[in-house]
Amino acid sequence: MLGRLTWASIPFDEPIALVAGGGAVLGGLAVLALITMMGWWPYLWREWLTSVDHKRIGVMYSFLALIMLLRGFADGIMMRSQQAIAVGGAEGYLPPDHYDQIFSAHGTIMIFFVAMPFVVGLMNFVVPLQLGVRDVAFPVLNSVSFWLTASGALLVNASLVIGNFSRTGWLAYPPLSELAFSPDVGVDYWLWSLQISGIGTLLAGINMVTTILKLRAPGMVYFRMPVFCWTALASNMLIIAAFPILTATMAMLALDRYLGMHFFTNEGGGNQMMYVNLIWAWGHPEVYILVLPVFGVFSEVIATFSGKALFGYRSMVLATLAICVLSFMVWLHHFFTMGASADVNAFFGVMSMVIAVPTGVKVFNWLFTLFHGRVRFTPPVLWSIGFMVTFVVGGMTGVLLAVPPVDFVLHNSVFLIAHFHNVIIGGVLFGLFAGYTYWFPKAFGFTLHEGWGKASFWCWFVGFYLAFMPLYVLGLEGMTRRLQHINNAEWQPLLFVAEAGAVTIMAGIACQIMQLYVSIRTREQRRDLTGDPWNGRTLEWATASPPPVYNFAMMPEVDDVDAFWEMKKRRELDELTPTYEDIEMPRNTPIGIFTAAVAVTTGFALIWHIWWMVILGLIAAAVATMAFGWSEDREFEIPAAEVARLESNRVGLGQAA
Amino acid sequence: MSITSIADIAPHHVAPGRGGGGPAPTRIVVAYGFWIFLLSDIILFSGLFAAYAVLSSNSAGGPTGQELFSFKTAFIETMLLLVSSYTCGLGALSMERDRADFFHLFFALTFVLGAAFVAIEISEFVGMIGEGAPPSRSAFLSSFFTLVGTHGTHVTFGLIWLGYMMAQVVAKGFRGHVKQRILCFSLFWHALDIVWVGVFTLVYLMGGR
Repeated sequence: MLGRLTWASIPFDEPIALVAGGGAVLGGLAVLALITMMGWWPYLWREWLTSVDHKRIGVMYSFLALIMLLRGFADGIMMRSQQAIAVGGAEGYLPPDHYDQIFSAHGTIMIFFVAMPFVVGLMNFVVPLQLGVRDVAFPVLNSVSFWLTASGALLVNASLVIGNFSRTGWLAYPPLSELAFSPDVGVDYWLWSLQISGIGTLLAGINMVTTILKLRAPGMVYFRMPVFCWTALASNMLIIAAFPILTATMAMLALDRYLGMHFFTNEGGGNQMMYVNLIWAWGHPEVYILVLPVFGVFSEVIATFSGKALFGYRSMVLATLAICVLSFMVWLHHFFTMGASADVNAFFGVMSMVIAVPTGVKVFNWLFTLFHGRVRFTPPVLWSIGFMVTFVVGGMTGVLLAVPPVDFVLHNSVFLIAHFHNVIIGGVLFGLFAGYTYWFPKAFGFTLHEGWGKASFWCWFVGFYLAFMPLYVLGLEGMTRRLQHINNAEWQPLLFVAEAGAVTIMAGIACQIMQLYVSIRTREQRRDLTGDPWNGRTLEWATASPPPVYNFAMMPEVDDVDAFWEMKKRRELDELTPTYEDIEMPRNTPIGIFTAAVAVTTGFALIWHIWWMVILGLIAAAVATMAFGWSEDREFEIPAAEVARLESNRVGLGQAA
Repeated sequence: MSITSIADIAPHHVAPGRGGGGPAPTRIVVAYGFWIFLLSDIILFSGLFAAYAVLSSNSAGGPTGQELFSFKTAFIETMLLLVSSYTCGLGALSMERDRADFFHLFFALTFVLGAAFVAIEISEFVGMIGEGAPPSRSAFLSSFFTLVGTHGTHVTFGLIWLGYMMAQVVAKGFRGHVKQRILCFSLFWHALDIVWVGVFTLVYLMGGR
């Protein structure tokens, strides 16, 4: 009846897992109870859960990412603590079985459920505003995409309480991830949660590319798009080109596990290295899917807070597109040790180094934008400068690893761990925090507290160096990754330093929580009444904070790259008399949250081999799709008079001045 | 005065397009989005093609393509699918001319041809499994069944979609969004043809003899 699911699936005998899982369940129940007691459900349902507004969906993506950051960080600091303690005779507090699940969950969650939703969330929120339009190309599909991602996140967390997670690392290399060596549900949790959220990401990518290429304000030719839109375009093109490979690869592994096929098995002619090639043909572009949009964030932040146009706009665009193409030509550098010929390794080594060139162009452009600017050292700028310093270090260790003979020595060592945390934390995460602080007032109508923001930056910045610079040294000394126990007692001092770094980062996260709390408490004093708190340059600052549901009462006309800046400079905004038209907007729909219900149920049933539930889930999905396909009344009109009323009720830039 | 009235500075451009003309009309946006979806689907297939190319000689002592494939069957399948694309195109043209009768005729024909294709494929699969060549026999057979089966699943899904669109035309007539979806469907159907040409070439022509 319930497939493999029995009472034994709940880890009553593992105290740490039980406490963590129980805590998560109780926390979730407490939140649900609070919402019920306060009577927030109608509001949540109407304004958020069924919303097809790109801004709301963007905020929900980011919120999901921040919650999952806490989970991923908890995994991270548990690993650091285990490695600091379990040296020589000591065993530490995490048994190998549990430790393996933790490092697998840490990587999976940080990439798929922190970095990805945060990046997608920022793009969702910002891109239509920067393009000067009212929504994305397919608003309902946007809601479905978000709910698919959220479903994947829910499944990963369900593995805390019911069954166990994968023990095979974040990319689940076969043959270890095959049924013969991982017979329990761990790998299946990994497979289905990523498969579901991956499809969500692919749909989001299609949506965003169509939006950027087909929906832009009048006058916004390609070379007047803000750089963030360019980087979002590049990133989403990579999503469309790379995510189907992930879907196909995971489908093949699933077929091996579910139908006894032989794609990647030891016997029957399977080929494990094909998996490694395929997964990195997705995996390397994925790195750029994450980092390109934050390059866009830095470009916006640095230009705005330097009070200058971005230096070398066109070279920035070209560098972005060059990285976009090159990102598909370097995947083999993740496994130089595969045994390919020297020529093949040399080719991929050289290509990997070539990527440093367009990246270097970008760094110089940011530096020249700061040069002679009137820089305001707000938290977004601190994150940006912290990024530039850190990312250059990470980039250089990357170039080092791109030399095949060096890689043969350092492959699978903690040197590599230090390298990719250096670029992902120092690049992606710092950029996401910069974007979060920068666009927060646009989303909620009040700014974030600066003091706590700066404190958080310094904790993260110092914490990062403490946590990961020791790993470079340990890697060079020969410490391999994913060790549950360390034999060499000489490494312990540096492991303690790394642990101290993790604690410092924890302080940074605490500062961020405080920042949010304090900012909400004092929001009346920090209201952004102008819609333009930073003296911005692009169109998102041309509407109110938070923007009305239709973003722009009238469609802006674009003449320049920094469209809003030029409008302000020419004082065009003061001379306008508004004339409003009826605005057609998409209606809310519960189809997204229904999709999530079906996806979670079906995914769970697949993981536990509950076949009747799988069939029911698929039927429900088919019926819902057809019913939705039949419906017509999907839009509603906001009459011009209502628009005029809304516009006069709120305080816009014109009124404040 | 409100900031959002900046559009008054210059008159709206009305011409749609890729440049400065403002947002494109829904018709174009939908078709464009669907094209991009098809591209991603082709990439999914390319992953399966790559796997087949790598594994096609790994028959692990079991039956090989030469022993299993019938060139004649594959040729009939190809013809069925190509002709169905032609009738699908005629159906779309009938829609453009508002001829519901011809539309239904050609789409029904497309359905029959597509269903015949799926039926032949299923019987081919069943035959192979009966001959001791199931997908779990070897890596070659795993990749064969997955590549060809994924295409077949797409065709089956297309048949359901096709029937559903015919029902929509009956119930609603050629309304704007119904026509849009029929055009998307025909794009999907033609794309499956292109994938099949790849399958026919790589699997049956290059592997069958």
